[in-house]
Amino acid sequence: MIRRYVLSILVKNTSGVLSKVSGLFSRRGYNIRSLSVGETMDPAVSRITIELVGDEYILEQIKKQLNKLVDVIKVKALRSQSSVYKELVLVKVRVDHRGRAGIIELCDIFRTRIVDTGRHSVIIEMAGSPEKNAALLRLLEEYDILEISRTGITAMERGESTIYDD
Amino acid sequence: MQLTGAQIILECLKEQGVDTIFGFPGGTILPVYDALYQCAEIDHFLTCHEQHAAHAADGYARATGKPGIVFATSGPGSTNLVTGIATAYMDSVPIVAITANVVKANLGKDSFQEVDITGITTPITKHNMIVKEIDDLADAIREAFFIATSGRPGPVLIDVPKDITTMVGEYRRRPLMAPDRCNDFWPSELEEAAKIANSAERPFIIAGGGIIAAGAEKELQTLADTLGAPVATTLMGIGGYPESSEKYTGMIGMHGSKTSAQCVLNSDVIIAVGMRFADRVISNRNKFAPQARIIHIDVDPAEINKNIPAGAEIVGNAKDVLVQWQPRLEKKDRSAWLEQVRAWKKEFPIDRPAKNARYPKKVLETLQRYAPADTIFTTEVGQHQMWAAQFLEINEPRKLLTSGGLGTMGFGLGAAIGAAVGTGKPVVNIAGDGSFMMNLQELRTAVKYNLPVTVLIMDNHVLGMVRQWQTLFYDKRYSETTLDAEPDYVQLAAAFGARGYHVKDESELEETMKKAFSEGSGPAIIACDIHEDESVLPMIPGGAGFDEIIIDLEEDKQEAGT
Repeated sequence: MIRRYVLSILVKNTSGVLSKVSGLFSRRGYNIRSLSVGETMDPAVSRITIELVGDEYILEQIKKQLNKLVDVIKVKALRSQSSVYKELVLVKVRVDHRGRAGIIELCDIFRTRIVDTGRHSVIIEMAGSPEKNAALLRLLEEYDILEISRTGITAMERGESTIYDD
Repeated sequence: MQLTGAQIILECLKEQGVDTIFGFPGGTILPVYDALYQCAEIDHFLTCHEQHAAHAADGYARATGKPGIVFATSGPGSTNLVTGIATAYMDSVPIVAITANVVKANLGKDSFQEVDITGITTPITKHNMIVKEIDDLADAIREAFFIATSGRPGPVLIDVPKDITTMVGEYRRRPLMAPDRCNDFWPSELEEAAKIANSAERPFIIAGGGIIAAGAEKELQTLADTLGAPVATTLMGIGGYPESSEKYTGMIGMHGSKTSAQCVLNSDVIIAVGMRFADRVISNRNKFAPQARIIHIDVDPAEINKNIPAGAEIVGNAKDVLVQWQPRLEKKDRSAWLEQVRAWKKEFPIDRPAKNARYPKKVLETLQRYAPADTIFTTEVGQHQMWAAQFLEINEPRKLLTSGGLGTMGFGLGAAIGAAVGTGKPVVNIAGDGSFMMNLQELRTAVKYNLPVTVLIMDNHVLGMVRQWQTLFYDKRYSETTLDAEPDYVQLAAAFGARGYHVKDESELEETMKKAFSEGSGPAIIACDIHEDESVLPMIPGGAGFDEIIIDLEEDKQEAGT
């Protein structure tokens, strides 16, 4: 069954590690929907979150192939029921003083923030689940969206369990 | 001890017991070659082209079991290694490639002879790294050897900017790190697999290159004897099981024997050891082994369930697995099954069609008769390669070195040079005239070091394997597969300072072969004229099932498996 999977990957922070991980996906024909990366508490270790689409077989193969990369320390597939997925999206909307109130109202409902206000535009910062962000984006389509920048999801298991557990 | 980066590289190689390097110098790697000039413990072998230095390191590794080392300079020197590294990667051969790059300040600026070789080789190395600090250099080299030889072996590349090779740093000798055998199996898995194997009525063993990499030939024989199971080898596994054994069914795959195909179709349990169910082995994954449960033993967990789903899996070094599995297996009499296999072998010998490849077979048999008994064979890629795999009798590991996964035309001569250097044994590279044109310059290398390397050219004036496909599947439209204006190989050999022989037809075969191997042991060419329409059979066309194996082209008869 084709579905979305989210992988959390700990890697050694070496030069080229990101291209080694992403290159593995492209050359084996796996689809990445989003990828985000950042340092962990240990600056020598980075954490990559990859959202991918595939089936059980592809997920198994990806995990195994990732584990073969020397710079990869740990690969964990997160379960959606027991994990938090968040994504940061910045949306710039063309709006003047007449439409601004409507945007502010929308942002209040979604508990998002306006982080920049210009004479003819605002930038909205959404930091939420991909589903919630998508819902707001759909509503914003009624306005004139100038540009969007999104980070791709970052994720973590709920409760005490961590990627460092076995 | 304070040493330059170049000296540190050599000291680390000595730590690993390296005494042989293949390579080709150039601007950025000059400091390393300068250090090499003053290093008595390491012999360097200069090839004519970096690609063949990489193949030589590969051949050295395949023949000796030790990692092969290759040096190349930046830019074109390192890109010339690419085919050699990819060849080693596909066949899981441990080589360590050390390249120099431009000085750090010039990296990323499109400098002269600069190329991002770690970027280029990422998909074809087990691991690679660029060393940007002198303090990281020694451990990078040590790690390269550890990675190249651990688990499933493979190539590792270390790129060192020139200024790191001249910079002085602290070096301290370290003890060797033993390779990790990567055993990752539980007693319960051995138990589970043993249950399946013990209950088999018609077990069949398929052995791959992992047997040879792990040195598990004896354990494989014990396994076959205990289970009373016939054994096929993949191309990479040839030599892992004695071909003279009556349980040996021949190679398996696209050009494997019909007996092996019959075993795939009729066995109820397949024990696959150190092999990866490559497409050239299984053909069509949906039609492979319809009746069999599969026990897959391999050191690389990513190979389990990749191409063929396994009924039971054991992840680990083939030797360690077989040693620990053996006590759980029951010795059983399966003589009826073995009797059936013997009958197939009799009915379908590899040279069954009397006309097909009769002469190539005779050439190879005659070659084997006159070549010294301890000869190592290497091959290029094409029809001659498959004939060598089918018709040479290889009873020991590391005696047939061939590019299986990548199928690299041009592999054989460099590999022969590496094997000769590594073992001191005579080596015959079996080539086609097409492949030989891709590496003939390396005759100079063989002559320079007076290596016992003979090139047998099976000269049919065509790219025979491609032509065979054109015959079968492209209605005999021989697009760009005819080779004319070929040189006189006897004169060519003479020009290089090697001996040259020409076998025009069968009447000269015996005597010329005898002469070639009695007149000297140094580099030689034996060119044998072969008819252009000789074919490699049997053949399972791509995507077909094992029951669709073609064993007789003359009558264009497709025999259904029985």
